[in-house]
Amino acid sequence: MANFRDIIGAFKDKPGGIIEAYHALQKEYNYIPKGAVAEAARVFGISEAQAYGVATFYSYLATEPRGKYIIRICESAPCHIAGADQVIKAFERHLGIKIGETTPDGKFTLEFAECVGQCQETPVVTINSVPYVGITPEDVPAVLDKCR
Amino acid sequence: MHSLKEMRREFQRAFNVSTNRVKVAIGLGTCGIAAGGEKVWNAVNEYVENEGLDVDMMSTGCLGMCYAEPIMEVHMPGEPRFVYGNVKPETAVEILERHLKYGRPSPEYIVGQDPRGFEPAPNIMELKDTGFFKSQVKTVLGRCGIIDPEQIAHYIAFGGYEALEKVLSEMSQIEVIEEIKRSGLRGRGGGGFPTGRKWEAAYNSPGPKKYVICNADEGDPGAFMDRSILEGDPHSVLEGMAICGYAIGADEGYIYVRAEYPLAIKRLRKAIQDAEAMGILGDNILDSGFSFRIRIAAGAGAFVCGEETALMHSIEGKRGMPRVRPPYPAQSGLWGKPTNINNVETYANVPGIIRKGADWFAAMGTDNSKGSKVFALTGKIRRTGLAEVPIGISLRDVVFDIGGGIQNDRKFKAVQIGGPSGGCIPASHLDTPIDYDSLIQLGAMMGSGGLVVMDEDTCMVDVARYFLKFTQEESCGKCTPCREGTMRMLQILERICQGQGGPEDIDTLENLALVVKSTSLCGLGQSAPNPVLATLRYFRSEYEEHIFNKKCPAGICVELLDIIIDPAACKGCTLCKNVCPADAITGERKKPHSIDPEKCIKCQACIMKCPFGAITKG
Ligand SMILES: Cc1cc2nc3c(=O)[nH]c(=O)nc-3n(C[C@H](O)[C@H](O)[C@H](O)COP(=O)(O)O)c2cc1C
Ligand code: SF4
Ligand code: SF4
Ligand code: FES
Ligand code: FES
Repeated sequence: MANFRDIIGAFKDKPGGIIEAYHALQKEYNYIPKGAVAEAARVFGISEAQAYGVATFYSYLATEPRGKYIIRICESAPCHIAGADQVIKAFERHLGIKIGETTPDGKFTLEFAECVGQCQETPVVTINSVPYVGITPEDVPAVLDKCR
Repeated sequence: MHSLKEMRREFQRAFNVSTNRVKVAIGLGTCGIAAGGEKVWNAVNEYVENEGLDVDMMSTGCLGMCYAEPIMEVHMPGEPRFVYGNVKPETAVEILERHLKYGRPSPEYIVGQDPRGFEPAPNIMELKDTGFFKSQVKTVLGRCGIIDPEQIAHYIAFGGYEALEKVLSEMSQIEVIEEIKRSGLRGRGGGGFPTGRKWEAAYNSPGPKKYVICNADEGDPGAFMDRSILEGDPHSVLEGMAICGYAIGADEGYIYVRAEYPLAIKRLRKAIQDAEAMGILGDNILDSGFSFRIRIAAGAGAFVCGEETALMHSIEGKRGMPRVRPPYPAQSGLWGKPTNINNVETYANVPGIIRKGADWFAAMGTDNSKGSKVFALTGKIRRTGLAEVPIGISLRDVVFDIGGGIQNDRKFKAVQIGGPSGGCIPASHLDTPIDYDSLIQLGAMMGSGGLVVMDEDTCMVDVARYFLKFTQEESCGKCTPCREGTMRMLQILERICQGQGGPEDIDTLENLALVVKSTSLCGLGQSAPNPVLATLRYFRSEYEEHIFNKKCPAGICVELLDIIIDPAACKGCTLCKNVCPADAITGERKKPHSIDPEKCIKCQACIMKCPFGAITKG
């Protein structure tokens, strides 16, 4: 596993590169590890509070560990009127967790998302950024099986 | 200056030669992939290899017919191009077996044909005459779904980079700006500001260093046209940006793409590399002396970053919070330098205007809104997809002719236009022409071009609540009216939907809406109340039903539902009793059952279970 210092260091000459560095960290760890924020602050010459502020401002970035599969369920109006509620309930039921939680085995995290731009076939769910469209509660077990 | 003319001819020749070979094209935008396009690709690939067939396979962006994805096209030499829709891996193979081996198309799967100058096949509709395409114009989307977006040669063969060449070889900066001004092009990102005037301001802003930014943060719920352009024809955006760079005197550009669009980012990266390798981007472009580089900045999931000042903060590596304007980006933008920022579709319009002229462009549209606009059709509409239409066409034409009307033969109720900053438009205004000014008069706005169609089963209070929930959650929290005002409005809407609304709620909503609109700092807060105001304007009685009669006329708001068993229709089969998780149903076998409203949690499981349709909600 790459060292977080090296990951951040790769962006040090990029103006405004901190967000890109955070993306790269998340690719490796699925979240931004604790010490990494302080390191990013040092590399990009800003205060730790600022670096933390950036990490928490954006919904794609997480400062807490998350599951291997991050399931985001769109609940924007177009997906909502297509029945996203039932899909959310189905995921919660099958995984035994609520939105915002991670399964005890560290495998799945459930999150809400706002529109991910795949509204051609609603409701929409993304798993590690791959969209699954037109999902019904009945589809949920099959979608989860793809991750197992 | 070095010219692309020779090369273009060669690429055209190569493309034409390839049309004299058997070709199978499959739409592989994220939409096509999500619909199963890759599986079709793999099945076709395997079939072609196993059978030892001599076939060119091509991946394309999307044609806009989302409702028919996955899409596969078959071109045989000397024959029309046949477009097959809703193709599954097995059907793809079956289609090819018949088509490639025996020369017989399979009309049952064909969406339309494009004769390409050859004899059309009998009894098959031409694509351009189908309901979906008949009223469309394809200018911005002209190459989407036709070319392979990852092949710069295809782009060039279809007239790509001709406009950039023209600008660099024969037009002054002012001439370019004048041409854009004359075209009447207005920003497609929502605000509709005249593009030429924006460029002029950036041109007039002094300084050796300027920036061009493309706003690809598309985040309005219901909007996905920018994604399709980036995935299906990325070079058109790069070309538009380079032309802008030349016009305002910038040598560097950024495309800010939302993190949710990884395929767009990948294709843009490749497009930039390919253009640089050919000397079309980078230093001393085509030996003209003009240099222009484009970089990509990925967003990180914050809708407010679509606001131009927030977006620039985000590129700078900061929290994406808006700031007060002026100064406008043209005076002080990215890193304090003069900056021009436009939307994806705005830039994609530019090469066409330069190539075909401002007059060609201005011939489309209405007095104050020129050209075409791409709309994303979603919701309860039969044909979901992307439609590019001349501005000024009526909503009815878009929803009913292009979109095919409402799914499952339900009744049309309203269409939300402009996403969370826009408003709904009811059936009585369906004949309104879609242009910037008419929509504002109706309390909606063009926005980025998302059309969310709602049917009689949609509760307008509930929809307003979800749009407001969106803006409330995406508010950056910098200013109080936006942060607190939207929160209070949302609480009221939630209360109303739960049957706890009070008689003063509508007035309070309207008052709060005015405060939030007039005192918020950026467009997010200023437009957040619009969906509430528009639903109050056209569907006030639905609010009143919720508040005074504790009824949800559309039967959506769960707390307001009564689930009842019709004793005349109930045969006492006990199925509902067994499925009820709340033990709310009582009754003896073969006798009418009944529901205890106190215990019922309105899960509606019984409704679906009852074989006699005896249970209804109301
Ligand atoms: C909250 C908010 C979100 C916005 N999101 C976008 C967006 O996703 N894409 C976009 O092009 N413009 C968006 N805009 C408008 C931009 O601020 C800006 O006006 C636009 O990019 C200018 O380009 P145009 O003149 O070509 O439309 C947004 C504005 C606000 C207030
Ligand atoms: S209006 Fe809302 S989103 Fe805009 S700056 Fe104020 S708090 Fe932030
Ligand atoms: S709606 Fe659900 S809780 Fe109510 S009676 Fe039917 S099954 Fe029972
Ligand atoms: S509204 Fe859910 S993907 Fe757009
Ligand atoms: S087919 Fe790609 S967006 Fe519809």
